Amino acid sequence: MNMIVCVKQVIDPEAPPASFKIDPSSNAVVPPSGVSPVISPFDENAVEAALRIKDTQGGKITVISLGINLLRDVVKKPLSMGADELILLEDEAFAGGDSWSTAYALAMAIKKIGDYDLIFCGRQAADWDAGQVGSGIAEILGLPSVTLAKKIDVTDGKARVERVTDDGYEVIEVSLPALITVSNELGEPRYPTIRGIMAAKKKEPIIWKPADIGCEPSQVGAAGRRSRLLKLFQPVRESKCEIVEGGSPEEAAVSLALKLREAKIL
Amino acid sequence: MAEYKGVMIYGEVAEGRLATITTELLGCGRKLADDLGQELSAVLIGNNISGLAQEIIAFGADEIYVVDDPLLKDYQTDAYVPVLEKVVKQVMPRILILGQTSIGRDLAPRLAFRLETAASMDCVELSIDPDSKLVLQTRPVYGGNAQAIFSGETYPQVATVRAKVMSPLRRDVSRQGKVITIEAGLTPSSIRAKVLEKVTEKVEGIKLEDAAVIVSGGRGIGGADGFKQLEELAKVLKGAVGATRPPCDNGWVPDGWQVGLTGKIVTPDLYIAVALSGSSQHMSGCSGSKNIVAINKDPEANIFKQARYGVVGDWKKIIPAFTAKVKELLGG
Repeated sequence: MNMIVCVKQVIDPEAPPASFKIDPSSNAVVPPSGVSPVISPFDENAVEAALRIKDTQGGKITVISLGINLLRDVVKKPLSMGADELILLEDEAFAGGDSWSTAYALAMAIKKIGDYDLIFCGRQAADWDAGQVGSGIAEILGLPSVTLAKKIDVTDGKARVERVTDDGYEVIEVSLPALITVSNELGEPRYPTIRGIMAAKKKEPIIWKPADIGCEPSQVGAAGRRSRLLKLFQPVRESKCEIVEGGSPEEAAVSLALKLREAKIL
Repeated sequence: MAEYKGVMIYGEVAEGRLATITTELLGCGRKLADDLGQELSAVLIGNNISGLAQEIIAFGADEIYVVDDPLLKDYQTDAYVPVLEKVVKQVMPRILILGQTSIGRDLAPRLAFRLETAASMDCVELSIDPDSKLVLQTRPVYGGNAQAIFSGETYPQVATVRAKVMSPLRRDVSRQGKVITIEAGLTPSSIRAKVLEKVTEKVEGIKLEDAAVIVSGGRGIGGADGFKQLEELAKVLKGAVGATRPPCDNGWVPDGWQVGLTGKIVTPDLYIAVALSGSSQHMSGCSGSKNIVAINKDPEANIFKQARYGVVGDWKKIIPAFTAKVKELLGG
C-alpha cells in the first residue's frame, strides 16, 4: 500500500488568541514571537490515518509539504511519527498561493511520485480554514474523493470510509486509488517515539522546485491564484463581562443564578 | 460568448422538507439578486423532490431547476458534481451559493475546481461591490481569530455560507416562479465512491442546533463523569449539552456534541461555558449566542472576554450549587 499525505506548516492555532496580530499594510498575520509553527492539526490526523493502515497491512508513507521557511523540526514530525519519506515543495515561487495554486502544485508533485493507492489530506488547514485543497487535488488528478473521514478500512483494493455528516456519519465504499480528507473525529494522532525522532533527524527531505514537477512559476503560489484577498482584519469584540463574586464558589454560584433570573435570562 | 447572469442557490432537503439552510440561502440570494437587478434561481437535486419546487419559490426564488433521479437519492460526490456542473453550464449564474454543510463542504470545492473558478468557504457575509458588481465574500479565517474578505474574477463566483447567519424571507405562497426540469444523465458506473449506509446519531432530548439553552464543557471537565453533571444542569434548564473538541476527541462525549468551526454552529439564548478556555475555533460555533456565561478557574481565560457574566472558580463546586439554585428558581 503506497500512501501519500499532504501536510502544511501553520502558525500554532493553540497559541493564545491575545498573541494573534495582523499587519494591515501587508494583509498578513504576524507570526507570534516565541511560538513555534506546527503541522496543521487536521494534517496530523491525516498522518495518523495513514499510519494506522501501515500498522495493520504495511506500506510506505510519503509526506509532501508545500511552503517557504519550512522548519525542519516541524515538517519532520510525520517522519518521527512513522512516515517513510518527506518531499518539500519549497521555493519562493510557491509562496502566497491560494487553494487553487496549492492544489495544482501538490497534484503535480503527486503525479511525479506516480505510484500511489491512497492520498490523505487534513479536512482543512488551521490558517485559512478553506478545506478545498484535498478535493482540488482529486479533481486535478481525476480521482474519487471522500471528505471528512473519521475511520478508514482498506480491503480488496477498496476503502471503506466513515464520513462525518451533520447528524452522524455515512459509510462510503471507494475504489482505489482515491483521495481522503481526514477529520479530528479519527482520534488523537500518536506521539513520536524517541526512536522515531532519531530516525527522522538522520533523514534528509527531498526538495522539489516548480521545474522539478513540471510547473511554470506563473502557475504556482501567488501568481497562480484565482481568488483575491482584499482585506484581512480582526473583528472587534465587546468585552463587558460582569464577574459574579461570592464568599465561596457555592455562594458565587447562587448569586449567578439570581443575577440571570433578574436579567430574565432564566 | 453568453453572459454570466443572476444568482443561483443550491437547495438542500432534510427529511422530505426544505432544509433550514436552504431558506437562509434563498434570503441571502434574494438580496444579492435584487442588488444586481437580476434574477434568483435555485437548483434542487435528489430523488422524489419535485414537490418542493413551489416551496422554494415561496421563499424567494424566481426560477427553480429540478434534477430528480433515483441515482441522486443520497448525496454522492461523483453523482452530484457532474449534475450541478451541467445545470451551472446551462444557466450560467454569476454567483453560486451553497450551505456550509456536510454536503456543501464536499460539493463546492470539487465543483469549483471542475469549473476552473474560485470558491470561498464558510462565508458570514456576502455583498455586491457597487463598482465591479462582484460579490465580496467575508469569511472567518485562522480558526476565527481573523476575518478575510475575498473576491475572484472568474465566474461563477462560488461561495458557501455558514448556517444561521442569513435570515430567510417570510414564506409567501402567492409568489410566482418558473419550474424547469433537467435530466440527470448519469450512469451508475461513473459513481466511484458509493454510500453504503447512513447512520444518524440518536439524540436524546433536544437537538443542539434547536436548543434555547446549552451547557457546554471543555477539557477542564476531565472526563465522561463530569459531563453527567452538565447533563443534569441542562435537564433542569430544558437545554442540551455541548462540548469543545478535546472531550469529543477523547471519547468522553459523542462526536455530535462538538460546538465550533468544525462542529455545530449554535445560537441559543443562553450558552453556559464550563471549564473551557474559549479558543477561537470553539467560539466560531457559539459566538452568535444571545448570552454567554463563563465558569472557569483561570481569570485570564479568553472566554471571559466574550461572556456577559462570569464566575471565576472550580466548576466542581460551582455547578452543583448553581444547578440546585436554578432548580429552586424554576420551581422544579
